[in-house]
Amino acid sequence: MRRFSYSRPTEVSEALAEAGGEDVRFLAGGTNLVDLMKENVERPQHLVDITRLPLDRIEEIQSGLKIGALVLNSDLAHDPKVENRYPLLSLALLNGASPQLRNSATTGGNLLQRTRCYYFYDVATACNKRDPGAGCQAIGGLTRLHAILGASPHCIATHPSDMCVAMAALDAVVHVESATGTRTIPFEDFHRLPGDTPQRDTTLEPGELVTAVELPATRFDRHYTYLKLRDRQSYAFALVSVAAAMRLEDGVMTDVRLALGGVAHKPWRDRDAEALLSGKAPERALFSKAAEAILADAQGQGANDFKIELARRAIVRGLDQAARGTPQSVTDKRIA
Amino acid sequence: MTNLTRAGFGTPLSRVDGPAKVTGQAQYAAEFQPEDMLHAHVHTARIAKGKITRIDVSRALAVEGVVDVLTHENRPKVAWFDLKYKDMTAPLRGSPFKALYDENVIFSGQPIALVVAETPEIARYASTLLDVDYKWAEFQTDLAQVLDQAFVPRIPRAGYHKPKSRGDGEQAFSDAPVQVSNRYHLSPEHHNPLEMFASTVIWEGDGHVTISDKTQGVKNSHWYICNAMGWDRDKVRILSPFVGGAFGSGLRPQYQLYLAALAAKKLERSVQVVMTRQEMFGHGYRPECYQTVSLGADREGHLKGIVNSAVTATSSIENYMETVVNWGSMVYRCPDAKLDYKIAKVDTATPCDMRAPGGATGMNLFEVAMDELAYACDIDPLELRLRNYTDREAMKDKPYTSKALHDCYERGAAKFGWDRRSHAPRSMRDGHELIGWGMATGIWEAMMAPTSARARLSADGTLEVATATADMGPGTYTMMTQIAADTTGLPVEKITAKLGDSDLPFSPVQGGSMTAASAGTAVQKACDALLEELLEAARRIEDGPLAGVDLDEVGFGDGRIYLIDDTKIGMRFEEILAAAEMDSLEATELAKPGIINMMRKARNTHSAVFVEVRVDEDVGMARVTRVVNAVAAGRIINPKTARSQILGGVVFGIGMALEEETLADHRIGRWMNHNLAEYHVPVNADVPDIDVLFVEEQDDEVNPIGVKGVGEIGVVGTAAAIANALFHATGKRVRELPITIDKLL
Ligand SMILES: Cc1cc2nc3c(=O)[nH]c(=O)nc-3n(C[C@H](O)[C@H](O)[C@H](O)COP(=O)(O)OP(=O)(O)OC[C@H]3O[C@@H](n4cnc5c(N)ncnc54)[C@H](O)[C@@H]3O)c2cc1C
Ligand code: SF4
Repeated sequence: MRRFSYSRPTEVSEALAEAGGEDVRFLAGGTNLVDLMKENVERPQHLVDITRLPLDRIEEIQSGLKIGALVLNSDLAHDPKVENRYPLLSLALLNGASPQLRNSATTGGNLLQRTRCYYFYDVATACNKRDPGAGCQAIGGLTRLHAILGASPHCIATHPSDMCVAMAALDAVVHVESATGTRTIPFEDFHRLPGDTPQRDTTLEPGELVTAVELPATRFDRHYTYLKLRDRQSYAFALVSVAAAMRLEDGVMTDVRLALGGVAHKPWRDRDAEALLSGKAPERALFSKAAEAILADAQGQGANDFKIELARRAIVRGLDQAARGTPQSVTDKRIA
Repeated sequence: MTNLTRAGFGTPLSRVDGPAKVTGQAQYAAEFQPEDMLHAHVHTARIAKGKITRIDVSRALAVEGVVDVLTHENRPKVAWFDLKYKDMTAPLRGSPFKALYDENVIFSGQPIALVVAETPEIARYASTLLDVDYKWAEFQTDLAQVLDQAFVPRIPRAGYHKPKSRGDGEQAFSDAPVQVSNRYHLSPEHHNPLEMFASTVIWEGDGHVTISDKTQGVKNSHWYICNAMGWDRDKVRILSPFVGGAFGSGLRPQYQLYLAALAAKKLERSVQVVMTRQEMFGHGYRPECYQTVSLGADREGHLKGIVNSAVTATSSIENYMETVVNWGSMVYRCPDAKLDYKIAKVDTATPCDMRAPGGATGMNLFEVAMDELAYACDIDPLELRLRNYTDREAMKDKPYTSKALHDCYERGAAKFGWDRRSHAPRSMRDGHELIGWGMATGIWEAMMAPTSARARLSADGTLEVATATADMGPGTYTMMTQIAADTTGLPVEKITAKLGDSDLPFSPVQGGSMTAASAGTAVQKACDALLEELLEAARRIEDGPLAGVDLDEVGFGDGRIYLIDDTKIGMRFEEILAAAEMDSLEATELAKPGIINMMRKARNTHSAVFVEVRVDEDVGMARVTRVVNAVAAGRIINPKTARSQILGGVVFGIGMALEEETLADHRIGRWMNHNLAEYHVPVNADVPDIDVLFVEEQDDEVNPIGVKGVGEIGVVGTAAAIANALFHATGKRVRELPITIDKLL
């Protein structure tokens, strides 16, 4: 761990004034950043502890619900407004990490958590995300956790968050602020594909602070699910996860939302596949068609080839769970 | 005193050290914090093999608070002779790893420098500033690539049981009407105990050194470090009162002990080294194994010929061996068997014992083969085991001191409801969940090793029993207390157990499930001797109520010696000491196994494990939903702590079956999932209700107290039973552990 200076402002403006430099990082729950600092992967010179900023509220706003960047994952998961209107988000959050971690992890931190690629975490190896231009040692190596969609020859990492998969499905909007002003970023544009700049996980500019995530008013409280498939029953990152939500009217699906986790550098949404489902009756054969469409361009890296088939089955099952209104339970481990 | 606890054999006494552990009073190796202590951080090698061509420490040394950086270039003089580095459990052949000895790198993650500083943070930071150039050499970490170079070491390691073939296994196999022959694979595993390895070398300043060390054997650490550093045995003391799990990784002294001692020796100051989780992947591990099992049987399932061969990994420097291929041939009657075990060198740290070393590997894979045979013969898997049952140890054709495996099968099956199983794969389901019921046999050793213990009675009537063993979690403090209580009749509250101190009477490392048998017998003997001395003292008290009585006229209980004919007449222990004008009374006894008897009869624990799994038909998520483990392990001293041992063993088995696997990138010869987020061990949600049954097994021969040990048997058989249940559920036979979701799709 490199030595660093530390400040703990109480006003957003103060925090923003200190931000911007290459070597400055915001510190929220620290559950990801501190780990990476210990491994010498992140080497900030200055830490701006943002946990005292007044960004820890969940507010009703006209267009929906505004979740402060410092709302804890556990508070968000158990907030009655979220549980009632966006139970998909609660489910996704409760599928992530462990209770202890969720008690420290924040909404903003979860959004900006970094990949779990083994090589990214180990400075003895070459990694373009950590060290642009160094090469990607994951390619041809251990790729169990890696992408099957949207990867590039420069990076095949996945975004590990569960929360973000639900937010992507719910059409969330990210609110950011910098010394020069504020802006909003649609969720799908927030995380990015690696391309030839895998060092950039998101479209956030240096010095920008995430202040909130907004959820549109549309509620999905009957037909939804978050199905997470992983290497143990709890406390493991997704191999593949599926967030599905829809409305069912007269036996016909409308407003279908489908996002995948664990498969790409960002939560993966496929609008064409959603369109394919909309206006039709829920049927397994149709779900399979949607899965085929989503995975048409999927490419394995060897050790993760199985994820293509796993994703296909998970999509079908997830859509089925959502259509039947039998969301996956977090406590009962039987797949609904 | 009221409410005194009487705890003889068979009492489910709660851990006597429980309150100390849950209130933070129990002191672990890194919690020893002498004044003025320096903290050291390890810098590890990035390459799998080669040489350090340059190591520049100047940037690290320039950091304020850094006291020194030790490397092979500036380390103090240490022993050069390999023998000086051989700890008591080291493989006999080979040259043990010596940290910072020279410029050679022999495995990725090898410690190559030690940064010593005023705080752990400074040390850790400065260790990132070392500039090291390497020259790679050719290397190989993939066992599959060196199978053709496997060899049988000329000199085996101590404790290794050479497999013994009988008849003509190959011929018998090829003549048999039913044949199954397959190759199985076990991935490497790391122990990953919760507590990190740590050593605190306390530089006393007067030539004495006290070291708190995370170890399974203080005597072993003592022997090793005195030899390596050239330190006077009488001036070094090792303490290890509490160990936060080790599973075998603490049998051999780990490199942090050596490094802390090296720095302390050079700087003549107290030094602490604590490993990180990542560094804990740079020491011993359960080696990868390829095992081929060929079973030939008649159509009724009677085994006719076994051919069992295995190769496990060792390092480039030492011949680490396990007893892998013997187990199945010991358990089942079969006229002909050919057994063959070899090791092959890979460029990693030397593997080391991990809970049921060899048995967990060999027997779990063998028991999957037995399940395959059951299906090839179309016989119920339990019935197949019963048809091949034998009361004798079949490999060496010896009688057992006891073997209640038959009862394990019967009681385990009854408890599980095995008779309701339908035999065909994929024939049991609940909605879209496929249900599988599988079973397997477990076997492990019931050893005993020479151990001394001391019992000391104080003037206030309290008793202390002591031996230099460890308590890495099984409940050794409790076991010793309970045996002392059983022997002397004193209440638990009056007894203190001491261990984890090299000044105490000799005990071997805590391993091989032999601590209860060894230390337990020693404690019992010491207490017996103490009581005899006490009676002798009482008899000599003129006019005393016990003057001149004979041993067979008296009883011991409630802290008294009394006349059996008139229990009111007697003396309290403390009264005897007072009347005899003694401050305390002490007895030290050595307990050792009878070697001749050891050779005449086989001594093993056995178990029968029954498991239910459920697998989602579509997505392949599998989970264990029920386990019954019926164990025959001789006399059970404490059903509560013994049950906990089996529970832990079963959880280990679940990990082995479904999750645990250290992933290497063989292109760079490095373990890559070196943290607990990516190295998966079972979490609560993976662990179902586990039913533990102890089958009665009276055994007066295995050792004086009839105890066989339960530390490891819980792992053996469990992984196989799960693998077999997965086959029953899905119809898919997976021959590689762990069975992860991709293998079930
Ligand atoms: C063992 C383990 C298992 C886990 N399992 C899961 C899992 O299964 N699923 C899952 O989804 N997650 C999992 N996590 C990850 C966990 O969700 C994240 O670590 C957590 O959400 C990060 O939040 P934080 O507040 O601690 O962020 P920090 O660690 O404080 O910060 C993370 C990053 O976000 C930046 N940042 C934080 N807040 C802001 C802001 N407001 N604006 C701009 N930048 C900001 C920081 O600068 C830093 O770069 C796991 C973590 C661990 C350690
Ligand atoms: S996949 Fe991405 S994060 Fe992983 S090594 Fe390659 S560049 Fe680095």
